[in-house]
Amino acid sequence: MREDNVCKGILVPGLPHPLLCPEKNEGWQRIRDAYDKARIELEESGAEILVIYSTFWPSILGHQVQAYPEPEWTYVDEEFHDLGSIDYKFKMDPEFAELTATKCKERGLHARTVSYYGFPIDTGSIVALKLLNPDNRLPAIIVSSNMYANRAESIVLGKSIRDAIDASGKKAAAVVISALSNRLHTVEIDPKDDKIHSLKDHEWNLKFLEYLEKGRLEDVSQLSRQFHNEARVPKVVSFKPFWIMASIMGQNNLYDGNVLAYEPICGTGAAVVTLTPAEDTAGDLEYDEDDPEFYKGDREVLDFYDQPGMGPLEERDGD
Amino acid sequence: MSKGEIVMGALAPHPPHLVYAENPPQNEATSEGGWEELRWGYERLRDSLSEKDYDVIIVHTPHWATFVGTHFLGVEKFKSLSVDPIFPNLFRYNYDLTVDVELSKAIHDNAADSGLLVKMMENPDFRIDYGTITSCHLVNPKWDKPIVCISSNRSKFYFNSELMQANMIKLGEATRKAVEASGKRALLLSSNSLSHRHFTTEPEVPEDMSKEHVTNHNQYLWDMKMINLMKDGKTKEMIDLMPDFTEQTVAETEAGCLTWLMSALGFPDYKATVHAYGTVIGTGNAIIGWDPKKAKI
Repeated sequence: MREDNVCKGILVPGLPHPLLCPEKNEGWQRIRDAYDKARIELEESGAEILVIYSTFWPSILGHQVQAYPEPEWTYVDEEFHDLGSIDYKFKMDPEFAELTATKCKERGLHARTVSYYGFPIDTGSIVALKLLNPDNRLPAIIVSSNMYANRAESIVLGKSIRDAIDASGKKAAAVVISALSNRLHTVEIDPKDDKIHSLKDHEWNLKFLEYLEKGRLEDVSQLSRQFHNEARVPKVVSFKPFWIMASIMGQNNLYDGNVLAYEPICGTGAAVVTLTPAEDTAGDLEYDEDDPEFYKGDREVLDFYDQPGMGPLEERDGD
Repeated sequence: MSKGEIVMGALAPHPPHLVYAENPPQNEATSEGGWEELRWGYERLRDSLSEKDYDVIIVHTPHWATFVGTHFLGVEKFKSLSVDPIFPNLFRYNYDLTVDVELSKAIHDNAADSGLLVKMMENPDFRIDYGTITSCHLVNPKWDKPIVCISSNRSKFYFNSELMQANMIKLGEATRKAVEASGKRALLLSSNSLSHRHFTTEPEVPEDMSKEHVTNHNQYLWDMKMINLMKDGKTKEMIDLMPDFTEQTVAETEAGCLTWLMSALGFPDYKATVHAYGTVIGTGNAIIGWDPKKAKI
């Protein structure tokens, strides 16, 4: 195992079925069991704090970090309300949340903490915290998913979170909450008949899982745009979870990957995967995406005309 | 029992900023004002409703997004705190509302009969979305009418705008039939903005109006195009343009609320009353009323 401040990365799905009714489908139960295995890995990892990035919590105004010390509520999912209510009480780390927001700002991002009684913690974070950290053994922060952010902003967000982890001196586990393919069945199904929505979604899920099993996190990160086009319902501009996870964990392929489960949940590709820093696994493979350090705002398509080095625009087409 | 009717339909957008700016006792956050053009527009809408007697408000809301069919509130009373997940600094609202479950179920049943996938939401712990609360508060701050709340089925994401519109037209017809059969007088609200590209930053003082403007000129032109069609009574043409409008301005019409409203009103060919147009963190918002009595004049 490679010594690293981020001692574990965990990918988990966020739909409530493994928490509320795992018994209704064998696959949902396997996801629940995988959550339990991931929890044990987490407990043995030496992590002192959980850093959660949830694709179930959209934000518009930059990046929000949950900082309310003990959020408590009885929660009902807006889609799957008939599965029942979820009582929760979690333990956040306000100081670390502030540090994360500060580090985001230092890299040019618009960020803030949110600390309000009754704030609606998202389904994915609730499910992940209930199953990975049931006794609130570890304090946590939750980071939102900005719906307009694309790769550069997401990479810088991940690096900012990493800055906060390094500055805190704490060992952290990065938990990313997301489906792989995200196409839900849009009709009621018998739980026993659940399956990945399409063969194409399934094949892309398997390709990502093959890479993750080999610890190739940065390669998965750099395939995110392709995955978004091939296997995602485009509710947001891009598929961000692996950009965030990779940039928090170090942008390389040096991990031991452990695919604990892969099953359909209401048609989506649900996987529980752990990544542990390793000395030499797949090694550094080839990368071709930009590696920004600071966020300088949205870059418009025509911005290059303003750059002095480009010279003035010709008033009309030349010869 | 006399035949029920829709006494008015309104485009009633839900930026929580407008509630924040009003400083009602239910909201924990306080402000120095802001967005007056839109708030005064809501005043004018309320004035126009003061002459109407109605029994129930039916609201179609983008912020209760469902993917497996359209859902309806099916519990009579809800009382809790709504905190906006995007703007928690502005909107932390204590609500206490009543649902007309009978009418809710009647619309649900009619929609099912017309082939739509529908579901009643019967979990008493359910938290009402802030869009519903904002639109209903701004139209009826006394909260003295029961509501029916309809989720927005996001078929646009899974299929396309055309299919979404086809479903919302069916849902609008089902709503009208249920209202007529109920003998009740209903106010219908389409709780959505028009163009919907937000700023991604917020001024230090959120109500600093020197910072407020539409995100881009394209959005403004499209908003005016749609509003002028409403003013001219060309709502079928407006609905035909809706897929392009939605795509070009990332409009909140993607949720189907406005298509549902136009269908329930029978695609008005009479002039709408525009009470206000203004922007909130860059998004285009119009407060517009359709009075079916005008169709009869």
